[in-house]
Amino acid sequence: MIRFILLQNRQGKTRLAKYYVPLEDSEKHKLEYEVHRLVVNRDPKFTNFVEFRTHKVIYRRYAGLFFSMCVDITDNELAYLESIHLFVEILDHFFSNVCELDLVFNFHKVYLILDEFILAGELQETSKKAIIERMSELERQE
Amino acid sequence: MGSQVGWGTSKEFTDIVKAIGEAKSKAEEERIVTAEIETLKKKIAEPDVPRKKMKEYIIRLVYVEMLGHDASFGYIHAVKMTHDDNLLLKKTGYLAVTLFLNEDHDLIILIVNTIQKDLRSDNYLVCCAALTAVCKLINEETIPAVLPQVVDLLQHPKELVKKKAVMALHRFYQRAPHTVSHLLPKFEKSVCDADPSVTSAALCALFDLITADPRPYKNMTGAFVNILKQVAERRLPKPYDYHGTPAPFIQIKLLKILALLGAGDKPMSDNMYNVLGDVIKKNDTHTNIGHAILYEAICTITSIYPHPKLLETAAEITSRFLKDNNHNLKYMGIDALGRVIKINPEFAEEHQLAVIDCLEDPDDTLKRKTLDLLYKMTRSSNVEVIVDRMIGYMRTINDSHNKTEIASRIIELAERFAPSNQWFIQTMNQVFELAGDLVPTKVAHDLMRLIAEGAGEEDEDADSQLRSSAVESYLQVLAEPKLPSILLQVICWVLGEYGIADGTYSAFDIIAKLCDVIEAHPADDAVKGYAVTAITKICAFEISAGKRVQLLPEYRAVVDELAASHSTDLQQRAYELMTFLDLPADVVATVMPMDASCEDIEIDKSLSFLSEIVETALANGARPYAPEHERMDLGGLGTLIPSTQNGPSSSLKFEAYERPVIPTPVLTPVQPTPLINEFEDQRDRRSLRTPHPSHSISIAPELDLINPESTRLRLDGVQRKWGRQTYSTQSSTTSADRDRSSNGAAGASDRGGSYAKDSGASQYESSRSTDRRKPVEISSEKQKLAASLFGGPSGSRVANTGNAVKPSRTAAHKSQVPRGGEKHQSSRSVPGSGRIADSDTSVPSSAPVPQAPPPDLLDLTDGETGHAAPLNDPFKLLEGLVDPQVGSSSATSAPPVKADVDLMSLYGPGQVISSGDGGSQPSGLTDMSGLPVSPLIGLTGVVVPNTQPGGPSVGKKGPSPQGSLQKDATARQAGVTPTVVNPDLFKDLLG
Repeated sequence: MIRFILLQNRQGKTRLAKYYVPLEDSEKHKLEYEVHRLVVNRDPKFTNFVEFRTHKVIYRRYAGLFFSMCVDITDNELAYLESIHLFVEILDHFFSNVCELDLVFNFHKVYLILDEFILAGELQETSKKAIIERMSELERQE
Repeated sequence: MGSQVGWGTSKEFTDIVKAIGEAKSKAEEERIVTAEIETLKKKIAEPDVPRKKMKEYIIRLVYVEMLGHDASFGYIHAVKMTHDDNLLLKKTGYLAVTLFLNEDHDLIILIVNTIQKDLRSDNYLVCCAALTAVCKLINEETIPAVLPQVVDLLQHPKELVKKKAVMALHRFYQRAPHTVSHLLPKFEKSVCDADPSVTSAALCALFDLITADPRPYKNMTGAFVNILKQVAERRLPKPYDYHGTPAPFIQIKLLKILALLGAGDKPMSDNMYNVLGDVIKKNDTHTNIGHAILYEAICTITSIYPHPKLLETAAEITSRFLKDNNHNLKYMGIDALGRVIKINPEFAEEHQLAVIDCLEDPDDTLKRKTLDLLYKMTRSSNVEVIVDRMIGYMRTINDSHNKTEIASRIIELAERFAPSNQWFIQTMNQVFELAGDLVPTKVAHDLMRLIAEGAGEEDEDADSQLRSSAVESYLQVLAEPKLPSILLQVICWVLGEYGIADGTYSAFDIIAKLCDVIEAHPADDAVKGYAVTAITKICAFEISAGKRVQLLPEYRAVVDELAASHSTDLQQRAYELMTFLDLPADVVATVMPMDASCEDIEIDKSLSFLSEIVETALANGARPYAPEHERMDLGGLGTLIPSTQNGPSSSLKFEAYERPVIPTPVLTPVQPTPLINEFEDQRDRRSLRTPHPSHSISIAPELDLINPESTRLRLDGVQRKWGRQTYSTQSSTTSADRDRSSNGAAGASDRGGSYAKDSGASQYESSRSTDRRKPVEISSEKQKLAASLFGGPSGSRVANTGNAVKPSRTAAHKSQVPRGGEKHQSSRSVPGSGRIADSDTSVPSSAPVPQAPPPDLLDLTDGETGHAAPLNDPFKLLEGLVDPQVGSSSATSAPPVKADVDLMSLYGPGQVISSGDGGSQPSGLTDMSGLPVSPLIGLTGVVVPNTQPGGPSVGKKGPSPQGSLQKDATARQAGVTPTVVNPDLFKDLLG
């Protein structure tokens, strides 16, 4: 199960944070800081996995943004690594050539997309098409 | 699509985001956010805020909260917004509350009603919004309130709603299983739904249920196998394909479930063999997601009832992973190897070198995973090498969580497989040194006991040798500047007990060392206590040996200081020491016998030596002793049950007991009563109950027995005072166990990999001292390491005695005579002598030859080296699809690359010029050097028209210059430029 998802830039600024387990605010900040420190200086050749307390963080860097996902120790690392990529593909579709700026100004939409992609800590929809359709339906309401 | 619509938020908000983005320091950001919070507080509380405006405020609250500030003042407005009829506002409200509130927040109760209503809505989008909120916000108490509606939605015509309802139900199960226990069959039904996303949601839930107890679901094995078969045969709708693989996430879930159902169950496993073979066969082995499925298949194959053919396949895939250059795959390979060798230990040998490469990899994650693997395959034949590695690793880490874990593993391995006591002590010393106070105290006590008891055999020589070596090593360790408290305690105890036992060191030397310890650790009472008691012991041994002991003035001063300590325990110990100095030799020898920490002290529990006194007392008319419970009964029931015999009065006695007749023998006035304190479980406690010189030890009982009625004997206290008795009861069994196990281990290692142990380990030791610089030696060194690690993976098994020796012998042999497959290794290390083309060599090519830096610097997204497997990288393939320009490393997209490069060079001068103005540019440029993303990055701020020719591909996708330009223009309208802080703002994430 996914414990939380973080989008952070290289400076450690949080661009998006979604928690699927209840945590205190102070705990969240500490954790964001720690995760950033863990991933930011890793050699790109290294594995995309880091052990984090009793869980593990699967991360992937896109341009200046780190997408980090904290999952259970028994979860399949590669699968979650790919789910991060799928998420980025969806974002890319939705924003057409997504860049960090899109996410900065439209963070609330990113949250909505994420809610369609992952629910209650599990992947709920792995079809890119379905999610994009949902989102455009919402856009039409606007 | 809807990308640019996002700018629709108000100028004010855009400004804030922009200002925060450009903040130069944390303090500046802080100031901006605080100001924003103030503004929001004011505005949000205004009456009649337009709803549209309110929506924006809520989003701004989310932003503030995301930056780590408290926005709780606005929660209530978010809650109100969920009541709105407008779908968008409602969704925003739900989004905000799911981000703001935890399930136990007080405001939840205000939302439950809205959720109930929304779950019944005709608009399926409203239902969806409510279901999303349900997953996050509903707690155990509120589950019943929404459960009926959620269950109804399982029948909803829209699969979107069905899926979310299934997930909500799953969430309820996780939170409070009993609330939905009657609904579990619903999952079984949903799993057969026509829509893959509903199936997948139900699989998540079933996976949890089956993990808890697989038995009720055994009959569904067929169904799962069927679904997996259909998925593998691509019968699912196309949109669920990912990188050409059909519904990979569903496949992985199914494989996980099958692993649980087939574990140790042959009939169930029989059903699975075929489909597992299919999944592997049909898999595309060139994508990451394909590897993910293969890995999961290995997990399944190794956990169900073994099937030789499939195991072979699993082993083959594992080898492939291990040989790959990609670190991620290596990592998965190491994990898979751990699973495969659980079934077939011989398999490890083939991959020893790959494993060692991973062990020496700079990547911490990989190293840890490899250590995990080694931990699993530790035997008595390779324990020394593995523990040595672990200790080496422990030196490099700071994180206390990891350290504790590694330390406990080392201790476990050392206790189970220690080849000799000496080694065990050395290892423990290192663990204490490195992990210090993270080690549980029990380990320290075990260590002391081991030193005291020795091997447990009747071999006194060996034992005393062990102690001498312990003393020797501890005296060396003491030279280190900083030692953890627990290690110091052990050291002090050992020095006190055995410091002068073999005559190498004089009492003077040891006392000097111990005094140094006391002076160096003024704040650590425990250590000081150990040290002063150790000094006492040394002095006592000297006195009983008939020598005269006089402390030097400076040591005397140390002891005096302790005698004036705030800690009563230290005081007592110090006074005991001083008392000892004046006692005659025979008394000292009785009180503090040499090397008696292992002697059992006989406790006369019936206290027969007192009977004389008791009889005298009875004869003098004293009441006989009644046990406590009888006295209690008498006290409680005294008035009801009149005593029939010898009680002078059966009712409660109100006047005080008589004063004791015999005066208390004089205790040394400063002598505090021994406290039951933190030292009470330390078995070297030798406090004195008879400090007065004229009393011999046999007087002791008198002290407490003046009045047997009023003062009860404290037997437990007596027991503790003398030597190691505290441990005697429990230790007798555990120490026997340890002896047995260590004997067994030693025996096993003698039988099995003795060659590997002796030669392998010593070779390894020596080779470790030779420098790593010489590349030719590395491979042989690795082989030696391999030999010592894998020499006897089955070494401890009697059946494999022959085998265990053989492989290690050959491995060691190979190191000298390169032949066969090994040729590659030695030749490879000569620089430039050609890369390995032979696929059957087991050497991963990552090692000593420095690899040319990957030419593809564009791809920050992936750790793979581009040239090694250009076509294997799914991301690049994808990027190629998404954007032909970016995939410039692959040959297929050559023309666009050219254009791109030209473009860059075209703007080359521009960059130089622009570096003069706009301070932010240069660093942005350097940062981007070699990144052929859209030329824009270098150009923001430079004259726009120039970019016009730069549109060779005006495709819909990819970082087309025009698209980027538009974005740039919009951005500049909004006033945002990439700053020094974050030059990546405009870079396409996939580029």
